[in-house]
Amino acid sequence: MSIQENNQLLRFTTAGSVDDGKSTLIGRLLYDSKSIFEDQIEAVKTSSEKKGFDYVDLSLLTDGLKSEREQGITIDVAYRYFATPKRKFIIADTPGHTQYTRNMVTGASTANLAIILVDARKGLLEQTYRHSFIASLLKIPHVVVCVNKMDLVDYSEEVYNKIVADYEAFSSKLDIKDVQFVPISALKGDNVVDRSKNMSWYEGSTLLYHLEHVHIASDFNHIDCRFPVQMVIRPHTLEFQDFRGYAGRIDGGIFKAGDEVKVLPSGFTSKIKSIELNGEPIKEAYAPMSVTMTLDDEIDISRGDMIVRPNNQPHTEQDLEVMVCWMNQKSLQNRTKLIVKHTTKECQALLKDIQYKVDVNTLHRIEDIQEIGMNDIARVSIRTASPIFFDSYSKNRQTGSIILIDPNTNETVGAGMII
Amino acid sequence: MGQYYLSHLKELEAEAIFIIREVVSQFEKPALLFSGGKDSILLAHLAKKAFFPAKIPFPLIHIDTGHNFPETLKFRDNLVRELGVQLVVGSVQESIDKGRVREETGVNASRNALQTVTLLDTLEKLKIDAAMGGARRDEEKARAKERFFSHRDEFGQWDPKNQRPELWNLFNGRKHHGEHFRVFPISNWTEMDVWQYIKEENIALPSLYFSHERECVVRDEVILAKSEYLPLKEGEEIKKLNVRYRTCGDMPITGAVLSNANTLELIIEEVATTRTTERGTRADDKRGETAMEDRKKAGYF
Ligand SMILES: Nc1nc2c(ncn2[C@@H]2O[C@H](COP(=O)(O)OP(=O)(O)O)[C@@H](O)[C@H]2O)c(=O)[nH]1
Ligand SMILES: [Mg+2]
Repeated sequence: MSIQENNQLLRFTTAGSVDDGKSTLIGRLLYDSKSIFEDQIEAVKTSSEKKGFDYVDLSLLTDGLKSEREQGITIDVAYRYFATPKRKFIIADTPGHTQYTRNMVTGASTANLAIILVDARKGLLEQTYRHSFIASLLKIPHVVVCVNKMDLVDYSEEVYNKIVADYEAFSSKLDIKDVQFVPISALKGDNVVDRSKNMSWYEGSTLLYHLEHVHIASDFNHIDCRFPVQMVIRPHTLEFQDFRGYAGRIDGGIFKAGDEVKVLPSGFTSKIKSIELNGEPIKEAYAPMSVTMTLDDEIDISRGDMIVRPNNQPHTEQDLEVMVCWMNQKSLQNRTKLIVKHTTKECQALLKDIQYKVDVNTLHRIEDIQEIGMNDIARVSIRTASPIFFDSYSKNRQTGSIILIDPNTNETVGAGMII
Repeated sequence: MGQYYLSHLKELEAEAIFIIREVVSQFEKPALLFSGGKDSILLAHLAKKAFFPAKIPFPLIHIDTGHNFPETLKFRDNLVRELGVQLVVGSVQESIDKGRVREETGVNASRNALQTVTLLDTLEKLKIDAAMGGARRDEEKARAKERFFSHRDEFGQWDPKNQRPELWNLFNGRKHHGEHFRVFPISNWTEMDVWQYIKEENIALPSLYFSHERECVVRDEVILAKSEYLPLKEGEEIKKLNVRYRTCGDMPITGAVLSNANTLELIIEEVATTRTTERGTRADDKRGETAMEDRKKAGYF
């Protein structure tokens, strides 16, 4: 296994109902790409034997916490890593039960791609709709529907075609840009890493080939320049007496030295003097780079401000329309006080209105509701104490997302996508 | 038009630097837990990049078990001088002398578990509210589930079932008085990523990581360095072997691997073909299936 140093990174998440084969599929990808170490596989073999299984349960590789191993279920997001000569992969393995919608949302928030598993014997289930809805809500750019357990339906092309047709009919209602289908057997390995000899009728690529080649370079927004300032760097040394650098991560667009910029909220304009990291100049800065920027003029800038281009500015508002996923036991009601975290800014906020809740299984809207409970997804209006500089989530996943914090417990209680 | 995407190493670097800067922005008294191993050396390197031309704005904390490789200490002192950063040493020996902890006895005795008390005492003394560490999720199964910003209650404990969800690049470091955070900026790096990055950035490492001849004892298939902290069992003999280390823990519990890899290129080649995890050579993780989770709940790194 030789890994190139200039490989791209693909983050993906797996979704499926309980027992659709998520853990087995991940185990298969890790195993066939030789990313499982001998001591790990030995430990899994020992645990499998202890449990009285006559096969090696690859799901034990991903189910890491004590309570999960005892109950044999996945209760939290686990991150797994593997690499091929083409790419490096980060998998967010999330559990399938309804009560863990919040975990899937968490895994989906940073994913380039979602694998949605469907059991070939069962076809589309409520959970399939829910997972697809979440993938579209979180704007995961690429979706792969894996029709699993093909070995249990005699590798039937008809069964596969029916599931594909059903899915296409349903997903046309959703906003997913790129959907691919692959018939697989996670257990036997068909079409996961190696081409299946049992499904010669299938002419598409294997799952791994697709993961290695799907075009992800434009998953970030490279058009609208957005640079939220994280902190100001002032060395106070003789050598760098007057240095005043703005540290942060580019959230959109392409910045260059010499560009005219505008600072929000002050509205002052200036020119970029330099963009650098560790003293080395960067010619073009784009998402998701971390850089240090200096400007021609001395302007008062602090954390939470945003540097943009004068002719392309984000919305600046205190009233936000948001799709939220609620993540806490304590329900959300009108007038609930919250803290909103958006890019590098944090401010107080108030829930002004709950417009409707989405039935995640049927996609129907439920109106006239008074509160939102754990794992609910709803459209709400939020008023912030000071203006937020945002883009719609569909335009930019970084400048369009917020988290909600309970000011009393400090817990993260909600995830929001600005409309 | 150019290609507007980052290599996986550059993306991991950007993520880690973002997190280190978040820590400095969100907390009053952060620190970096420095073990002397390659992961914490990498972390110090990333911190330097994050704040240049300013100096790293937080101290390095070394929890000293008293059982260190001498190479590690020498390297640590040089690095601290070069970075112009403050070093705080928390001494396990001192915790033992003060009666805060009791030393394990017997031939397999280790000071590994004792570190937790010294660590928590040191954090409390310095009023540290965010301690950054170089742990990675690929190292161990409990770590695979830990957040970048990992909350600790007022007793320093981790509650794995009640972790805050972590979404996008939005990290919630809010806390009540007396609580603190552990933060893991290189959570998403694998051992291979670390080595490739060390090579790409030409980062200096202690000589332990490269193949060298050393006097060793082989115990339960683990190659341990001969040292004053390792009492020999009957029948054990000292052998001269060509070895290197994949991690740098305590001298009496960190296993070496037989290796002739004496350059970064050769080490990367070796890592690419190795079939065991790097913690597979650590006796402390072999104390049961959930040894790491149990120690972390109690406040370990
Ligand atoms: N025959 C067959 N069984 C499978 C396949 N994939 C998974 N399974 C089995 O289905 C069960 C549930 O799999 P698991 O990976 O734990 O599902 P999860 O709940 O989605 O993680 C296990 O008994 C697997 O061995 C497959 O492709 N074919
Ligand atoms: Mg599972």
